[in-house]
Amino acid sequence: MSTFALDRVTAQFPEAVAERYLDRTGGAWAVIHAEHLPKVAAFLKNELDFKLFTSIDAVDRLHLAENDPRFEVVYFVYSLSRHEHVRFKVRVSEARPELPSIVSVFRGADWWERFVWDFYGIRFSGHPDLRRVLLYEEFQGHPLRKDYALRDRQPLIPERPIKDIFRGPGTSGVS
Amino acid sequence: MADPHKPVSPPSPEAPNPDTDAYAHEAELEAHLQTKRMYVNMGPSHPATHGTVRLKVELEGENIAEIDCEIGFLHRGFQKSCENVTWTQCLPYTDRLNYVSAMMNNFGFLNAVEKLIGLEIPERAQYIRVIGSELHRIHDHLTCVAATGMELGGFAPFLFGVEARELIMDRVAELTGARLTTNFGRIGGMNRDLPEGWSEKVIKSLDKVMSLVDEMDGLLTRNRIFVDRTKDTGIISAEDAIDYGWTGPCLRACGIDYDVRKAKPYWVYDRMDFDVPIGEKGDNYDRYLMRIEEMKQSDRIIRQALKQIPAGPIILDDWRIALPPKPEVYGTIEGVISHFKLVMEGVQVPAGEVYDATEAANGELGWYMVSDGSGRPYKVHVRAPGYPILSAVPHIIKGKLLADLIPTFDTINMIGGEVEQ
Repeated sequence: MSTFALDRVTAQFPEAVAERYLDRTGGAWAVIHAEHLPKVAAFLKNELDFKLFTSIDAVDRLHLAENDPRFEVVYFVYSLSRHEHVRFKVRVSEARPELPSIVSVFRGADWWERFVWDFYGIRFSGHPDLRRVLLYEEFQGHPLRKDYALRDRQPLIPERPIKDIFRGPGTSGVS
Repeated sequence: MADPHKPVSPPSPEAPNPDTDAYAHEAELEAHLQTKRMYVNMGPSHPATHGTVRLKVELEGENIAEIDCEIGFLHRGFQKSCENVTWTQCLPYTDRLNYVSAMMNNFGFLNAVEKLIGLEIPERAQYIRVIGSELHRIHDHLTCVAATGMELGGFAPFLFGVEARELIMDRVAELTGARLTTNFGRIGGMNRDLPEGWSEKVIKSLDKVMSLVDEMDGLLTRNRIFVDRTKDTGIISAEDAIDYGWTGPCLRACGIDYDVRKAKPYWVYDRMDFDVPIGEKGDNYDRYLMRIEEMKQSDRIIRQALKQIPAGPIILDDWRIALPPKPEVYGTIEGVISHFKLVMEGVQVPAGEVYDATEAANGELGWYMVSDGSGRPYKVHVRAPGYPILSAVPHIIKGKLLADLIPTFDTINMIGGEVEQ
């Protein structure tokens, strides 16, 4: 798979790229320093024609061998002229889970950043409207963090107690 | 109050007498009613919102001044659930993402997992996946077009659409055993082969389905009411659509030629002869036309695939990936062990990460997966095509008529299950 975009990014902003590697399927990745993220995103969009915004998500690396810093926020952008995705990620610590927002570059990032805030509790500074997107504002915690219990339910309206029905995935009653 | 003792000054000859003279200016003839902004809640349970979406609309007269989309009523914790079951057990959860075209989600998920392991599935399985995907693409588009027709006042197209859908569902039920939640395919191939005589039935059903599509096409495409409601409404420019991350028929309606099946052919799509329809304006009418045309192209693909499909195995013969055949399970100790390990521990996916995408009915269905080397996924991110599309609706509809919201919401074909995970 092509490393064109990441080569250009590395050449343009050598200080922004912390690490480059290929994943086991051959996909090229770059780890970007958080403070250079908007600059890299704008460069990809305006100079390299990576315009189709694909998605953002995060990984909580709590149970992985390498888990410091704890979170990784992954970005995917597609180029319609080159027919390839560019993949890059930013590492975020648990102590200061905050990243610069790229909504001003890609409007499509808006809801995805809200999603990451909702489920991982990573803030995006400069986001125009950082609310929860799928869960409700009263929800406590961020459920896709690995330390959020699988069976922790927070219904807005009290649920009817059902003792003998087993809800949800996982083995026996304890998560 | 006027002072009664004050002498009334006679009206000056220039000043108009309100009782006798017509003194109003042209502009004053209109009664100026105070417009007040009105807040309307559409949904979460509204017939036109299909899933459960709450649209908080602020109206100024009939125009939408502000709109906010509140989603999440259908949130089921898809990712969290997947992280706590084996890779194969994720498959039923993927059915519920886009429940109108479940097979495409199944196969998209499996494709990503296979890519992560580094598997090449048997040719016959690839053909079955193409056939299943295209059947469900027709199914998805039929639902969209039929519902659009119904919500714009035409009930007959809806009935034709449902009849055609029913035919496809019957074939899908014969193939997978379920009408909607198919849970079809396994890592490394398929769990069952095409049933006896199924191909002929599919061809016959497709003939009928396509005649019903033509019927719908005839009723809607040049229908005055339908055209008036959809043409030039819900317009999005190509730049905005790309910026928001639109894919699929909605992006192609803006004139952008992007289809994952053509851009990065997977399975056997590169052997199929089909066209990708491209629109011009990016309005509701173009999005509707894209779907009508794509159904015809899917029909072409299925017929070619049924003709070309080779005989052979449907799943890999590797007991670390796929369940051993039943006689081996009952008859040999190796078979029992493999079966037990696969069911209890799951397929051991090597540690790593992958991003992979297939073309689902509404656009690019992307998967980002992280494995820690165990039988369960560490992370399953799904890039549902409807999510970025829905996020652009406030942008499209702001300042437009409330009546335009209905066809716009119809033609973007937002599916609650995939958007709200």
